[in-house]
Amino acid sequence: MSHLEALETEILAAIEASETESALEDVRVGSLGKKGSISEQMKTLGKMSPEERQTMGPALNGLKARVTDAIAARKDVLVEAALEARLASEKVDITLPLRTTPAELGSIHPVSQVVDELTAIFADMGFSIAEGPDIETDDLNFTALNFPEGHPARDMHDTFFFNEKEDGERLLLRTHTSPAQVRTMKSQEPPIRVICPGRTYRCDSDQTHTPMFHQVEGLVIDKGAHIGHLKGTLEEFLKAFFEVDNVTLRFRPSFFPFTEPSMEVDVQCDRSGSEVKIGEGNDWLEILGCGMVHPNVLTNCGLDPDVYQGFAWGIGIDRIAMLKYGMPDLRAFFDADVRWLQHYGFRPLDLPTLFGGLSA
Amino acid sequence: MKFTLSWLKEHLDTDASLEEIVEKLTLIGLEVEEVTDRAAQLAPFKIVKVLEAEQHPNADRLRVLKVDTGEGEPLQVVCGAPNARAGLVGVLGKPGDYVPGLDVTLSVGKIRDVESYGMMCSESELELSADHDGIIDLPADAPVGVPYAEWAGLGDPVIEIGLTPNRPDCTAVYGIARDLAAAGMGRLKERPLSQVAGTYDCPTNVVLDFGDTKPLCKAFGLREVKGVKNGPSPKWMQDRLLAIGLRPINTLVDITNYMTFDQGRPLHVFDAAKVKGDLIVRRARKGESIDGLNGKTYELDESDCVIADDSGIESLGGILGGEASGCTEDTVDVLIESALWDEDGIAATGRKLGVSTDARYRFERGVDPDYMITGLEAATQLVIDLCGGEASNVVRAGSIPDSTKIISFPYSEVKRLSGIETTPVEVNLILKSLGFWISGTGDTVKVAVPSWRPDVHGKADIVEEVVRIIGLDKVPSTQLPPLGAVGQKVLTTGQVRRSRARRALATRGLHEAVNWSFISHIQAEAFGGGQDALVLANPISSDMSDMRPSLLPGLLMGAQRNADRGYADVALFEVGQVFAGDAPEDQKETAAGVRRGSAKYSGAGRHWSGSAGAVDVFDAKADAIAALAAIGAPVDKLQIYADAPSFFHPGRSGSLKLGPKNTLAVFGEIHPRTLDLLDIEGPLVGFEIYLGNLPQPKSKSSRSKGALKASDLMPVRRDFAFVVDKDTAAETLLKAARGAEKTLITDVTLFDVYEGKGIAEDQKSLAIDVTLQPAQKTLTDEEIDAVAKKIVAAVEKATGGTLRG
Repeated sequence: MSHLEALETEILAAIEASETESALEDVRVGSLGKKGSISEQMKTLGKMSPEERQTMGPALNGLKARVTDAIAARKDVLVEAALEARLASEKVDITLPLRTTPAELGSIHPVSQVVDELTAIFADMGFSIAEGPDIETDDLNFTALNFPEGHPARDMHDTFFFNEKEDGERLLLRTHTSPAQVRTMKSQEPPIRVICPGRTYRCDSDQTHTPMFHQVEGLVIDKGAHIGHLKGTLEEFLKAFFEVDNVTLRFRPSFFPFTEPSMEVDVQCDRSGSEVKIGEGNDWLEILGCGMVHPNVLTNCGLDPDVYQGFAWGIGIDRIAMLKYGMPDLRAFFDADVRWLQHYGFRPLDLPTLFGGLSA
Repeated sequence: MKFTLSWLKEHLDTDASLEEIVEKLTLIGLEVEEVTDRAAQLAPFKIVKVLEAEQHPNADRLRVLKVDTGEGEPLQVVCGAPNARAGLVGVLGKPGDYVPGLDVTLSVGKIRDVESYGMMCSESELELSADHDGIIDLPADAPVGVPYAEWAGLGDPVIEIGLTPNRPDCTAVYGIARDLAAAGMGRLKERPLSQVAGTYDCPTNVVLDFGDTKPLCKAFGLREVKGVKNGPSPKWMQDRLLAIGLRPINTLVDITNYMTFDQGRPLHVFDAAKVKGDLIVRRARKGESIDGLNGKTYELDESDCVIADDSGIESLGGILGGEASGCTEDTVDVLIESALWDEDGIAATGRKLGVSTDARYRFERGVDPDYMITGLEAATQLVIDLCGGEASNVVRAGSIPDSTKIISFPYSEVKRLSGIETTPVEVNLILKSLGFWISGTGDTVKVAVPSWRPDVHGKADIVEEVVRIIGLDKVPSTQLPPLGAVGQKVLTTGQVRRSRARRALATRGLHEAVNWSFISHIQAEAFGGGQDALVLANPISSDMSDMRPSLLPGLLMGAQRNADRGYADVALFEVGQVFAGDAPEDQKETAAGVRRGSAKYSGAGRHWSGSAGAVDVFDAKADAIAALAAIGAPVDKLQIYADAPSFFHPGRSGSLKLGPKNTLAVFGEIHPRTLDLLDIEGPLVGFEIYLGNLPQPKSKSSRSKGALKASDLMPVRRDFAFVVDKDTAAETLLKAARGAEKTLITDVTLFDVYEGKGIAEDQKSLAIDVTLQPAQKTLTDEEIDAVAKKIVAAVEKATGGTLRG
């Protein structure tokens, strides 16, 4: 018996000493394999006497079972250790920085964002968006809008002209988006509610003027729209646009050839800080021009001014963008400087809506 | 338009304060731009007398003064002015006072160890003149202790209004007073309507000679005053002229300037001794010129109106007097002109010659025709009052046009256009106070427009008068009636596409830029533009002379500017208009983008996860297709042609089309020659999408997307590699493979392109992965082999290639 005990001690020690699964397998083959030490012992059972077999049989089977269990137990330990080792070796530095994703990187220009904001507000009030060409006729930019030929009012617009054609016609770059209003009135039956956003041009360039800028004009024509509606519409628009609870407006009589009466509108604001705050404070800021569409303009567009009436206004898109979002310099709008675009631009998927808040 | 408060009060009897007047001016449409109140600004500076002036112990040029301020002990003041002396009466600033000319607030100082309790001021330090040669030296009897500005008559605030071009009547202080009186700010004083009887006939006659051309002068009044004594005008007149920035010259000239601002009636005075023969008012002749009173010479032509005598041109009518016949202190006999000029003629000549004068400003807006002779009388009276002399009879030429306008005005018009409720009494009161006449009774009356209001033509103009005087703050804010419960779609297809293209490109990491619509001629030509019709006649600079034919040049230049600032890897896009011609339909909307350096979709520059290489044609292609997909283009049906415009690299560019003639987009690397032409550096790739070329979406009868057909059977995948000629387009191979068995093949992916060892030099290997999706039953090996044979046959037929062994 003692040789079996010695064998068991030896095999169990070898199992314990196995550091890898293959070493353990070697021990298994060496003990339980066909020619393993235990298997060899098992083969001797046949030649034994029944008495001997009576004692050696259970002893050998017991040994085999204990060794098998020991191998299985050792294998679990080794598998677990191997996994631990693998996991440990697979560790990465999770603080490694990722690349910025494209959608995080790209941006929408403030002018586009503000046009989308205007669209959201005015669509809600039943306005649609009218557009027209940048290259216009003198007639649609001036004459139809009641600017008499040679009148000093034309000098108020520093106009870009194209060269005179053979037939004497001289095209120009529209100085305001009002020609789009004329096109609308000529092509559409009242009631009309449109806004006309777009590029406009004046040959003027200094700290606060650029030869190209953006304007949005609004036009309402029906049989009852009056200055009171103009006030109400502008108040609602400015409240919604600047996302404030209240705005106080001051209407001042002014002059535009295409409206009568004509008005300029100041909005109450606070200019005490570095940025203008709309809806509070005690200062006034001139923000837009407006008026009742001039009877001559209505007539020029084929509408009877004793039947139809309405109002129009115009406001600088770049300017209200600067006011709302605190951009100090108009010229930077058109410079394509990525630092500026990144800072003042908007996230690609932030499409302004009224239900979600314009700039929320 | 500038005037002083006291000048205004010459015509307006009012108790209103400056603040009230200023606020009211703005509210009635005469927007106040600036109020300068020198009395308030200089209030602390008082008249003082120097009692002692002793040499400063430590400085040769300084003196230590003892100054009597009119109260308390004399103050010690250190002063360096050469004219500082005992007995001088001057102006003192004390510690705490702000000195505008120096932009400092005074404090107690110690100058070379001697304390100084104030500063004796010069005129320049108080911004009264440029004189800083010495301290102010007042007459000995100037009252000590009195504020200097008050004593000096500076206590007259100057008000400047920004006048709109429709209000010529308010180019006169009198006209402004009339508006304020109407708005309840006091009572308008009657202006004296003097008539100076002539005692002899004017020796100079006037002839309007325009032949059969349009008369540029409508009427002309002229009279002589002989035996005048010209010299400096009186102080009150000089003060007013100075306050509004006009330099007093001599009485006769100052009277014309005064009348210009006081009554809005520009006049001209000729020295009668320098006028030879009669005055002929006519068009200038080509080659004639005038030496103006402003010291400049102007070349004239037939579009200009002049006043000439036997020696030549004496005046540019209604704009500028001539140097030759101007009045000087030696003038004894003066000819006074009061004329009525053609507004358009004045504007045209003024604009052409670039002359801005107070006369032009008024005549081009339209002066009161009925005041032509009255104004001449008033001026004559002023000349006689201030210079003496004897007046001739008035010579007249031409005729004053009848400016009478009668407007039929329903009172209801006020409510209709403004929403304000008014009564006829209220409306009548306002109109009358503005000089309108009203006749008739009932709901509609006749309103006669005063001669000084050429801007009032119709009912709406009258409503404006009423509303601006009542106050726009009285208009009730009203909401427009809602059009329906739920808003309708308001954007056109084009507008929706632009918006989607914009957002799609931004999600691909590009920054939206807004570039000028005009670019340089060279840039325009390089991108297919530059035609004469699109060149501006008056560009602001040569960099901005041509309407852009493409968005790419602006973007490329923008990318280069960023690179020049140290940001070499930039991706920019723009959605906007380009111009193929000057007709409205030639203006097209496009979306374009550029990538520079290594600004790839996956990220730019070096990175631990893998550094980005240079941008290439496929980056541009990917952007173009992504944007097309976002705006609903059928991207699976796009055909790719290697025929992009010449500003692209010929071997690394292409166009995306629906049929051979309809190009939706172009893309590619920018041609090296184009980079040179624009003086910019690559790598630069770009694309441009012609948004208008997309087919209009079909109107759908149903929004249903139909049922999903997804098979339960496993798809089968097979790989094939073909050897084809090097210039075989991969698309040809893919198209052949896709079409080999349309019912089974759902996807063909190109997963390897190989050239090199094992492949002949003029050939390449293309490897594809084909997905077969059985619909009814699992495919047998035989069926799969049959499809594979079809694929190989189709590819070989289309490309001439062979299956790689």
